[in-house]
Amino acid sequence: MSPAIANTPLVRARNVHKSFGPLEVLKGIDLDVASGEVVTILGPSGSGKSTFLRCINHLESINQGLIEVDGEQIGYRLQKGRLDKLPNRAIAAQRRKIGMVFQQFNLYPHMTALENVIEAPVGVHGQNSKEARRYATELLARVGLSEKVNSYPRQLSGGQQQRVAIARALAIQPKLLLFDEPTSALDPELVGEVLTTMRDLASQGLTMIVVTHEIGFAREAADRVVFMDDGSVVEVGPPEEVISRPQHPRTRSFLSRFI
Amino acid sequence: MNNAMKHGQTLLTEGEDALRDVQLAHKPLRFDRIGLWTLALAIGGGFAYTVGTNKNFGWPIVAQYFFDPAVIQGLTVTLGLTVVAMVLGVILGLLLAVARMSKDRLASSLSSLFIWFFRGTPLLVQLIFWYNLSTLFPKLSIGIPFGPTLASWNTNDLVTPVTAAIIGLALNEAAYMAEIIRGGLLSVDRGQSETAEAFGMTRARALRRIILPQAMRSIVPPTGNQLISMIKATSLVSVIAMADLLYSVQSIYNRTFEVIPMLLVAVVWYLLITSVLNVGQGAIERYYSRGDRGQQLAARKEPETALTGDAA
Repeated sequence: MSPAIANTPLVRARNVHKSFGPLEVLKGIDLDVASGEVVTILGPSGSGKSTFLRCINHLESINQGLIEVDGEQIGYRLQKGRLDKLPNRAIAAQRRKIGMVFQQFNLYPHMTALENVIEAPVGVHGQNSKEARRYATELLARVGLSEKVNSYPRQLSGGQQQRVAIARALAIQPKLLLFDEPTSALDPELVGEVLTTMRDLASQGLTMIVVTHEIGFAREAADRVVFMDDGSVVEVGPPEEVISRPQHPRTRSFLSRFI
Repeated sequence: MNNAMKHGQTLLTEGEDALRDVQLAHKPLRFDRIGLWTLALAIGGGFAYTVGTNKNFGWPIVAQYFFDPAVIQGLTVTLGLTVVAMVLGVILGLLLAVARMSKDRLASSLSSLFIWFFRGTPLLVQLIFWYNLSTLFPKLSIGIPFGPTLASWNTNDLVTPVTAAIIGLALNEAAYMAEIIRGGLLSVDRGQSETAEAFGMTRARALRRIILPQAMRSIVPPTGNQLISMIKATSLVSVIAMADLLYSVQSIYNRTFEVIPMLLVAVVWYLLITSVLNVGQGAIERYYSRGDRGQQLAARKEPETALTGDAA
């Protein structure tokens, strides 16, 4: 791989604007995420951090600016100087490199844990079912759920469900993993098991963007912390700077609530 | 303390607690309930006896004609029409539901128009129109609007009573099924289609693998209703000279004047079919509620080992 390619960030967001009707939720976000980097996005509710995350895999379309993942512009294609909206099928293809973990887990309730994990690899990526099963079993073991392979989501605790959801996102061997407040819907005593799993992944060199309220996780596992407020990035830097020595008064007042 | 937690195993042993262990509790005999049951059974039995022994019902005649070839022939027509019309109705209904929910204005307007028309007019009138299509359009042809004709047929060759009945019943059914299916699709959590989307599934695959199986739980019960109404709605086709079950018994009593016994033959057959369908519906509902509450109980009995099995 040439150094020029190696230096291109995996995710590149430039001047991203997003409005819901008259309400502008993203007011020009710029962010680069390098391959293998773990970035956490912190910020008060309503700061636009979840919306920004959902723009990265085009669950929300943006109104201005551009987002690139792995060198491809998400949702659009530039051809002969003209920018065209991609058809749904092409957008679906772009999403296949990106895994996502949701706040409400969103497991498929009519499928067992194993079926949840192999659904996309077999059905979307065309993997051989036997191989997919083997890999899914391995992933479920990695998140500590070997014994729950054949359980349905409703038979699992919230923390277990979220760990299945993480295995499901890993099963497509994504270039990028998006976490949308993965512990916010969990009972306090179940947060730990999910964070442990995520810390594990972070140490394995996966590229992760994590929207969270878990300051502790950001401090220990993140390479960089982004602090967002009111639709803008207020501060970006390594956790020891942004969390321990915040420069901006808004970051300070937000963090003071957690200490 | 520990003994008390292993329920179903050991009894409490200390003093009065031993007697108070709820494992040993009896259900008291409720004399009022027994009384009501006896009363209900007596009334029911009395009614059955009166009807059964009443000569006016003509039960021997019912038995005599129950398997009459004409009746069985009519029954086959009723069942055949129901199955074909229902299958077509469900397929078309699914397409209409998806079209109606789509963001495409053309698709959703056309679907709404179809549903508006076929739900808004009586089935009987629709059947008569289909049957008499040839008086409105003597010839049917495929061609370019206002342009040349590519192929053409005599309407009467295409629209026989059978096809008129099938088209009429199926299109009407599709309109109702479309709304039932749409309701089912709407009942599935929005996060499910979003997740399918995020994993790069196409719309069609997400519908087939993720949304529909969950929607089925709310689609099946009203569809059972529709199927049962359809069986009875098929009796309307007798107006376009289709010999269904009701038509066959009518043609027999027009000859023999045994009106009540012959209607009873039809009633018993309709009830039999409905009972079979109820059993089938129950089985389908159980299938689509897998992963739901019932099985949660079974899982509770497993030891909760994985709670401690952390990822580290």
